[in-house]
Amino acid sequence: MLPLSSTIEFSTVASLVIALLLGVGFGFCLERAGFGSARKLTAVFYLYDMAVVKVMFTAIVTAMAGLFVLSALGWMDLSELYIEPTNLAAQALGGLVFGAGFIVGGYCPGTSIAALATGRKDAMAFALGMLVGVTVFAEFTPGIEDWIKQGSLGEMTLPGLTGIGMGWWVLAFVAFLAFAGWGMGRLEQNFARLRPAH
Amino acid sequence: MVQTFVAQVSPAREVPGIRSLPHPYWNPYLTGFLLGLVLLLTYAATGRGLGATAAFSAVSAWLVGLVSSAHVEANLVHARYWNEGAPLLSWTLFLLAGAVLGAFVSGWQGRRLALTVERGPAIDDNTRLMLAFAGGFVAAFGAKIAKGCTSGQALTGGSMLNAGSLVFMLAVFASAYALAYFVRKEWL
Repeated sequence: MLPLSSTIEFSTVASLVIALLLGVGFGFCLERAGFGSARKLTAVFYLYDMAVVKVMFTAIVTAMAGLFVLSALGWMDLSELYIEPTNLAAQALGGLVFGAGFIVGGYCPGTSIAALATGRKDAMAFALGMLVGVTVFAEFTPGIEDWIKQGSLGEMTLPGLTGIGMGWWVLAFVAFLAFAGWGMGRLEQNFARLRPAH
Repeated sequence: MVQTFVAQVSPAREVPGIRSLPHPYWNPYLTGFLLGLVLLLTYAATGRGLGATAAFSAVSAWLVGLVSSAHVEANLVHARYWNEGAPLLSWTLFLLAGAVLGAFVSGWQGRRLALTVERGPAIDDNTRLMLAFAGGFVAAFGAKIAKGCTSGQALTGGSMLNAGSLVFMLAVFASAYALAYFVRKEWL
Protein backbone atom coordinates (compact mmCIF):
# COMPACT_ATOMS: atom_id res chain seq x y z
CA MET A 1 0.00 0.00 0.00
CA LEU A 2 1.24 3.45 -0.91
CA PRO A 3 2.66 5.71 0.32
CA LEU A 4 5.51 3.38 1.28
CA SER A 5 6.12 5.51 4.34
CA SER A 6 2.76 4.37 5.77
CA THR A 7 3.87 0.73 5.93
CA ILE A 8 7.68 0.88 6.05
CA GLU A 9 9.72 2.70 8.65
CA PHE A 10 12.64 4.06 6.59
CA SER A 11 15.98 4.38 8.35
CA THR A 12 17.58 7.84 8.25
CA VAL A 13 20.09 6.65 5.66
CA ALA A 14 17.42 5.07 3.42
CA SER A 15 15.26 8.17 3.69
CA LEU A 16 18.13 10.48 2.72
CA VAL A 17 19.18 8.23 -0.18
CA ILE A 18 15.58 8.38 -1.45
CA ALA A 19 15.71 12.18 -1.14
CA LEU A 20 18.97 12.31 -3.10
CA LEU A 21 17.61 10.12 -5.91
CA LEU A 22 14.34 12.02 -6.20
CA GLY A 23 16.35 15.23 -6.13
CA VAL A 24 18.36 14.12 -9.17
CA GLY A 25 15.10 13.72 -11.11
CA PHE A 26 13.79 17.02 -9.73
CA GLY A 27 16.89 18.99 -10.69
CA PHE A 28 17.17 17.31 -14.09
CA CYS A 29 13.57 18.21 -14.97
CA LEU A 30 13.96 21.81 -13.78
CA GLU A 31 17.11 22.38 -15.85
CA ARG A 32 15.70 20.59 -18.92
CA ALA A 33 12.64 22.83 -18.78
CA GLY A 34 14.85 25.91 -18.88
CA PHE A 35 14.31 26.79 -15.21
CA GLY A 36 18.05 27.16 -14.72
CA SER A 37 17.76 30.45 -16.59
CA ALA A 38 16.39 33.56 -14.86
CA ARG A 39 15.46 35.14 -18.18
CA LYS A 40 13.51 32.06 -19.24
CA LEU A 41 11.75 32.02 -15.84
CA THR A 42 10.83 35.71 -15.86
CA ALA A 43 9.82 35.56 -19.55
CA VAL A 44 6.46 34.28 -18.37
CA PHE A 45 5.73 37.70 -16.85
CA TYR A 46 6.31 39.41 -20.20
CA LEU A 47 4.14 36.84 -21.98
CA TYR A 48 6.52 35.99 -24.83
CA ASP A 49 7.45 32.58 -23.38
CA MET A 50 4.90 30.81 -21.18
CA ALA A 51 7.04 27.72 -20.49
CA VAL A 52 6.92 28.25 -16.70
CA VAL A 53 3.15 27.95 -16.59
CA LYS A 54 3.09 25.11 -19.13
CA VAL A 55 5.60 23.05 -17.15
CA MET A 56 4.12 23.77 -13.71
CA PHE A 57 0.53 23.26 -14.77
CA THR A 58 1.35 20.01 -16.60
CA ALA A 59 3.32 18.74 -13.59
CA ILE A 60 0.46 19.53 -11.21
CA VAL A 61 -2.17 17.90 -13.45
CA THR A 62 0.05 14.83 -14.02
CA ALA A 63 0.62 14.30 -10.30
CA MET A 64 -3.05 15.03 -9.51
CA ALA A 65 -4.26 12.50 -12.10
CA GLY A 66 -1.69 9.95 -10.89
CA LEU A 67 -2.77 10.33 -7.27
CA PHE A 68 -6.42 9.97 -8.26
CA VAL A 69 -5.82 6.84 -10.35
CA LEU A 70 -3.61 5.19 -7.70
CA SER A 71 -6.27 5.94 -5.10
CA ALA A 72 -9.14 4.71 -7.33
CA LEU A 73 -7.27 1.43 -7.90
CA GLY A 74 -6.94 1.08 -4.15
CA TRP A 75 -3.15 1.24 -4.31
CA MET A 76 -2.70 4.49 -2.46
CA ASP A 77 -4.34 5.88 0.64
CA LEU A 78 -4.62 9.63 0.03
CA SER A 79 -5.50 10.23 3.67
CA GLU A 80 -1.92 9.19 4.53
CA LEU A 81 -0.50 12.10 2.53
CA TYR A 82 0.64 15.20 4.37
CA ILE A 83 -1.39 18.28 3.53
CA GLU A 84 -0.10 21.68 4.60
CA PRO A 85 -2.82 23.37 6.70
CA THR A 86 -4.53 26.22 4.92
CA ASN A 87 -4.29 29.75 6.27
CA LEU A 88 -5.80 31.95 3.61
CA ALA A 89 -4.36 35.25 4.89
CA ALA A 90 -0.86 33.85 5.35
CA GLN A 91 -0.83 32.11 2.00
CA ALA A 92 -2.17 35.17 0.17
CA LEU A 93 0.26 37.56 1.90
CA GLY A 94 3.18 35.13 1.60
CA GLY A 95 2.36 34.61 -2.07
CA LEU A 96 2.36 38.36 -2.77
CA VAL A 97 5.72 38.81 -1.04
CA PHE A 98 7.12 35.70 -2.72
CA GLY A 99 6.00 36.90 -6.16
CA ALA A 100 7.90 40.15 -5.63
CA GLY A 101 11.02 38.21 -4.72
CA PHE A 102 10.55 36.01 -7.78
CA ILE A 103 10.30 38.81 -10.37
CA VAL A 104 13.11 40.87 -8.79
CA GLY A 105 15.39 37.94 -7.99
CA GLY A 106 14.63 35.97 -11.14
CA TYR A 107 14.35 32.60 -9.41
CA CYS A 108 12.41 30.69 -6.82
CA PRO A 109 14.21 28.62 -4.16
CA GLY A 110 14.24 25.34 -6.12
CA THR A 111 15.12 26.83 -9.48
CA SER A 112 17.97 28.88 -7.97
CA ILE A 113 19.55 25.53 -7.04
CA ALA A 114 19.17 24.20 -10.61
CA ALA A 115 20.66 27.45 -11.93
CA LEU A 116 23.64 27.62 -9.59
CA ALA A 117 24.44 24.01 -10.49
CA THR A 118 24.96 25.17 -14.08
CA GLY A 119 27.11 28.14 -13.10
CA ARG A 120 24.69 31.06 -12.87
CA LYS A 121 26.31 33.53 -10.45
CA ASP A 122 23.05 35.45 -9.99
CA ALA A 123 21.47 32.20 -8.77
CA MET A 124 24.23 31.92 -6.17
CA ALA A 125 23.39 35.47 -5.04
CA PHE A 126 19.68 34.56 -4.90
CA ALA A 127 20.38 31.44 -2.82
CA LEU A 128 22.57 33.48 -0.46
CA GLY A 129 19.75 36.02 -0.14
CA MET A 130 17.37 33.14 0.70
CA LEU A 131 19.72 31.89 3.40
CA VAL A 132 20.05 35.33 4.96
CA GLY A 133 16.28 35.83 4.60
CA VAL A 134 15.25 32.66 6.44
CA THR A 135 17.80 33.48 9.17
CA VAL A 136 16.51 37.03 9.64
CA PHE A 137 12.94 35.67 9.67
CA ALA A 138 13.80 33.19 12.41
CA GLU A 139 15.80 35.69 14.48
CA PHE A 140 13.66 38.78 14.27
CA THR A 141 10.09 37.87 13.40
CA PRO A 142 9.04 34.84 15.44
CA GLY A 143 5.77 36.71 16.10
CA ILE A 144 4.67 36.01 12.52
CA GLU A 145 4.91 32.32 13.34
CA ASP A 146 2.27 32.71 16.08
CA TRP A 147 0.03 34.73 13.78
CA ILE A 148 0.21 32.00 11.11
CA LYS A 149 -0.66 29.30 13.63
CA GLN A 150 -3.66 31.20 15.00
CA GLY A 151 -5.23 31.66 11.58
CA SER A 152 -4.85 28.04 10.53
CA LEU A 153 -8.00 26.49 9.08
CA GLY A 154 -6.58 22.97 9.09
CA GLU A 155 -6.61 20.71 6.06
CA MET A 156 -8.72 22.29 3.36
CA THR A 157 -8.88 20.91 -0.18
CA LEU A 158 -11.21 21.68 -3.07
CA PRO A 159 -12.87 18.22 -2.98
CA GLY A 160 -13.39 18.63 0.78
CA LEU A 161 -14.74 22.16 0.44
CA THR A 162 -17.10 21.53 -2.45
CA GLY A 163 -18.09 17.89 -2.05
CA ILE A 164 -17.12 17.37 -5.70
CA GLY A 165 -14.87 14.31 -6.00
CA MET A 166 -11.22 14.49 -7.01
CA GLY A 167 -11.89 12.72 -10.33
CA TRP A 168 -14.08 15.59 -11.53
CA TRP A 169 -11.40 18.08 -10.58
CA VAL A 170 -8.83 16.07 -12.53
CA LEU A 171 -11.11 16.18 -15.60
CA ALA A 172 -11.69 19.90 -15.16
CA PHE A 173 -7.97 20.62 -14.80
CA VAL A 174 -7.09 18.53 -17.87
CA ALA A 175 -9.72 20.38 -19.90
CA PHE A 176 -8.49 23.73 -18.58
CA LEU A 177 -4.88 22.80 -19.39
CA ALA A 178 -5.84 22.04 -23.00
CA PHE A 179 -7.66 25.37 -23.28
CA ALA A 180 -4.86 27.28 -21.52
CA GLY A 181 -2.29 25.63 -23.79
CA TRP A 182 -4.09 27.04 -26.79
CA GLY A 183 -4.38 30.46 -25.15
CA MET A 184 -0.71 30.54 -24.16
CA GLY A 185 0.29 29.76 -27.75
CA ARG A 186 -1.68 32.83 -28.84
CA LEU A 187 -0.09 35.00 -26.13
CA GLU A 188 3.41 33.95 -27.19
CA GLN A 189 2.65 34.99 -30.76
CA ASN A 190 1.22 38.34 -29.71
CA PHE A 191 4.16 39.22 -27.45
CA ALA A 192 6.94 37.68 -29.55
CA ARG A 193 8.43 41.14 -30.10
CA LEU A 194 9.52 41.22 -26.43
CA ARG A 195 11.68 38.11 -26.88
CA PRO A 196 15.34 39.13 -26.55
CA ALA A 197 17.26 38.93 -29.81
CA HIS A 198 20.26 37.34 -28.09
CA MET B 1 5.07 24.31 -30.78
CA VAL B 2 8.82 24.17 -31.33
CA GLN B 3 10.80 25.82 -28.55
CA THR B 4 13.48 28.00 -30.05
CA PHE B 5 14.53 29.83 -26.90
CA VAL B 6 18.05 28.93 -25.80
CA ALA B 7 19.85 29.80 -22.58
CA GLN B 8 21.43 33.20 -22.46
CA VAL B 9 25.17 32.94 -22.05
CA SER B 10 27.71 35.68 -22.40
CA PRO B 11 28.80 35.65 -26.04
CA ALA B 12 32.37 36.46 -25.00
CA ARG B 13 32.75 33.09 -23.29
CA GLU B 14 31.41 31.17 -26.22
CA VAL B 15 33.85 29.34 -28.44
CA PRO B 16 32.80 30.06 -32.03
CA GLY B 17 31.19 27.20 -33.86
CA ILE B 18 27.86 25.47 -33.89
CA ARG B 19 28.92 22.69 -31.49
CA SER B 20 29.29 25.06 -28.58
CA LEU B 21 25.75 26.41 -28.86
CA PRO B 22 23.39 25.41 -26.03
CA HIS B 23 20.84 22.81 -27.07
CA PRO B 24 17.17 23.85 -27.07
CA TYR B 25 15.19 23.03 -23.94
CA TRP B 26 12.80 20.11 -24.01
CA ASN B 27 9.13 20.54 -24.84
CA PRO B 28 7.52 22.15 -21.77
CA TYR B 29 4.56 19.76 -21.70
CA LEU B 30 6.86 16.72 -21.84
CA THR B 31 9.13 18.15 -19.14
CA GLY B 32 6.11 19.07 -17.03
CA PHE B 33 4.83 15.51 -17.37
CA LEU B 34 8.20 14.14 -16.18
CA LEU B 35 8.32 16.62 -13.30
CA GLY B 36 4.80 15.50 -12.37
CA LEU B 37 5.99 11.89 -12.29
CA VAL B 38 8.87 12.85 -9.97
CA LEU B 39 6.34 14.56 -7.70
CA LEU B 40 4.02 11.53 -7.82
CA LEU B 41 6.93 9.22 -7.01
CA THR B 42 7.86 11.47 -4.08
CA TYR B 43 4.30 11.27 -2.74
CA ALA B 44 4.23 7.48 -3.26
CA ALA B 45 7.51 6.93 -1.43
CA THR B 46 7.36 9.44 1.40
CA GLY B 47 3.74 10.57 1.79
CA ARG B 48 4.94 14.15 1.39
CA GLY B 49 5.72 16.10 -1.74
CA LEU B 50 8.67 18.14 -2.89
CA GLY B 51 10.06 21.21 -1.16
CA ALA B 52 13.00 23.55 -1.24
CA THR B 53 12.73 26.26 1.40
CA ALA B 54 13.14 23.84 4.32
CA ALA B 55 16.67 23.10 3.07
CA PHE B 56 17.61 26.76 3.46
CA SER B 57 16.05 26.78 6.94
CA ALA B 58 18.07 23.68 7.86
CA VAL B 59 21.36 25.27 6.75
CA SER B 60 20.38 28.43 8.62
CA ALA B 61 19.70 26.45 11.83
CA TRP B 62 23.05 24.69 11.40
CA LEU B 63 25.00 27.94 10.91
CA VAL B 64 23.37 29.62 13.90
CA GLY B 65 23.88 26.41 15.87
CA LEU B 66 27.64 26.68 15.29
CA VAL B 67 27.50 29.87 17.35
CA SER B 68 24.99 28.73 19.97
CA SER B 69 22.97 25.52 19.96
CA ALA B 70 21.01 26.71 22.99
CA HIS B 71 19.88 29.74 21.03
CA VAL B 72 18.66 27.54 18.16
CA GLU B 73 16.72 25.25 20.48
CA ALA B 74 15.07 28.23 22.17
CA ASN B 75 14.04 29.80 18.87
CA LEU B 76 10.56 28.80 17.70
CA VAL B 77 11.49 28.83 14.01
CA HIS B 78 15.02 27.42 14.13
CA ALA B 79 14.04 24.63 16.54
CA ARG B 80 11.89 22.91 13.92
CA TYR B 81 14.95 22.35 11.74
CA TRP B 82 17.40 21.49 14.52
CA ASN B 83 16.76 17.72 14.14
CA GLU B 84 18.30 16.92 17.54
CA GLY B 85 21.60 18.52 16.68
CA ALA B 86 21.88 17.19 13.13
CA PRO B 87 20.15 19.86 11.03
CA LEU B 88 22.19 18.96 7.93
CA LEU B 89 20.58 15.49 7.84
CA SER B 90 17.50 17.24 6.47
CA TRP B 91 15.40 15.39 3.89
CA THR B 92 14.87 18.51 1.81
CA LEU B 93 18.57 19.42 1.93
CA PHE B 94 19.42 16.00 0.47
CA LEU B 95 16.70 16.50 -2.13
CA LEU B 96 18.38 19.75 -3.20
CA ALA B 97 21.82 18.12 -3.15
CA GLY B 98 20.41 15.60 -5.62
CA ALA B 99 18.89 18.47 -7.58
CA VAL B 100 22.33 20.08 -7.94
CA LEU B 101 23.60 16.83 -9.44
CA GLY B 102 20.57 16.34 -11.72
CA ALA B 103 20.63 19.93 -12.96
CA PHE B 104 24.39 19.76 -13.54
CA VAL B 105 24.05 16.60 -15.64
CA SER B 106 21.18 18.11 -17.62
CA GLY B 107 23.04 21.38 -18.18
CA TRP B 108 26.22 19.55 -19.14
CA GLN B 109 24.42 17.31 -21.63
CA GLY B 110 22.58 20.34 -23.00
CA ARG B 111 25.81 22.39 -23.31
CA ARG B 112 24.38 24.99 -20.98
CA LEU B 113 27.11 25.06 -18.32
CA ALA B 114 28.45 28.60 -18.15
CA LEU B 115 29.84 30.70 -15.32
CA THR B 116 27.79 33.77 -16.11
CA VAL B 117 25.24 36.29 -14.83
CA GLU B 118 21.73 36.18 -16.30
CA ARG B 119 20.36 39.62 -17.03
CA GLY B 120 18.89 41.82 -19.71
CA PRO B 121 21.18 44.10 -21.76
CA ALA B 122 20.09 47.29 -19.95
CA ILE B 123 21.72 46.60 -16.55
CA ASP B 124 25.20 45.55 -15.47
CA ASP B 125 26.32 42.40 -13.68
CA ASN B 126 26.72 44.00 -10.25
CA THR B 127 23.23 45.51 -10.26
CA ARG B 128 21.82 42.17 -11.28
CA LEU B 129 23.71 40.35 -8.51
CA MET B 130 22.42 42.80 -5.92
CA LEU B 131 18.86 42.47 -7.20
CA ALA B 132 19.19 38.67 -7.16
CA PHE B 133 20.32 38.79 -3.53
CA ALA B 134 17.48 41.15 -2.60
CA GLY B 135 14.98 38.97 -4.46
CA GLY B 136 16.18 35.89 -2.60
CA PHE B 137 15.84 37.71 0.71
CA VAL B 138 12.28 38.81 -0.06
CA ALA B 139 11.28 35.40 -1.46
CA ALA B 140 12.53 33.78 1.76
CA PHE B 141 10.11 35.91 3.78
CA GLY B 142 7.27 35.09 1.41
CA ALA B 143 7.97 31.38 1.62
CA LYS B 144 8.25 31.46 5.42
CA ILE B 145 4.96 33.35 5.78
CA ALA B 146 3.13 31.10 3.31
CA LYS B 147 4.75 27.92 4.70
CA GLY B 148 6.13 26.90 1.36
CA CYS B 149 7.36 28.03 -2.02
CA THR B 150 6.81 27.08 -5.63
CA SER B 151 7.80 23.48 -4.86
CA GLY B 152 6.16 22.90 -1.50
CA GLN B 153 3.01 24.95 -1.98
CA ALA B 154 2.33 25.40 -5.69
CA LEU B 155 3.42 22.01 -7.08
CA THR B 156 2.94 19.74 -4.09
CA GLY B 157 -0.17 21.34 -2.59
CA GLY B 158 -1.64 22.16 -5.98
CA SER B 159 -1.65 18.51 -7.04
CA MET B 160 -3.66 17.63 -3.92
CA LEU B 161 -6.02 20.56 -4.63
CA ASN B 162 -4.99 22.17 -1.36
CA ALA B 163 -7.01 25.40 -1.08
CA GLY B 164 -4.18 27.38 0.56
CA SER B 165 -1.72 26.26 -2.11
CA LEU B 166 -3.99 27.45 -4.91
CA VAL B 167 -4.41 30.82 -3.19
CA PHE B 168 -0.62 31.02 -2.81
CA MET B 169 -0.11 30.29 -6.50
CA LEU B 170 -2.61 32.95 -7.60
CA ALA B 171 -1.01 35.50 -5.24
CA VAL B 172 2.50 34.76 -6.57
CA PHE B 173 1.47 35.29 -10.17
CA ALA B 174 -0.68 38.35 -9.36
CA SER B 175 2.20 40.01 -7.53
CA ALA B 176 4.86 39.18 -10.13
CA TYR B 177 2.68 40.31 -13.04
CA ALA B 178 1.86 43.55 -11.21
CA LEU B 179 5.56 44.30 -10.63
CA ALA B 180 6.91 43.03 -13.97
CA TYR B 181 6.56 46.39 -15.70
CA PHE B 182 8.67 48.16 -13.07
CA VAL B 183 11.61 45.77 -13.31
CA ARG B 184 11.47 45.24 -17.08
CA LYS B 185 14.94 46.81 -17.49
CA GLU B 186 16.37 43.91 -15.51
CA TRP B 187 15.10 41.37 -18.03
CA LEU B 188 14.14 42.74 -21.43
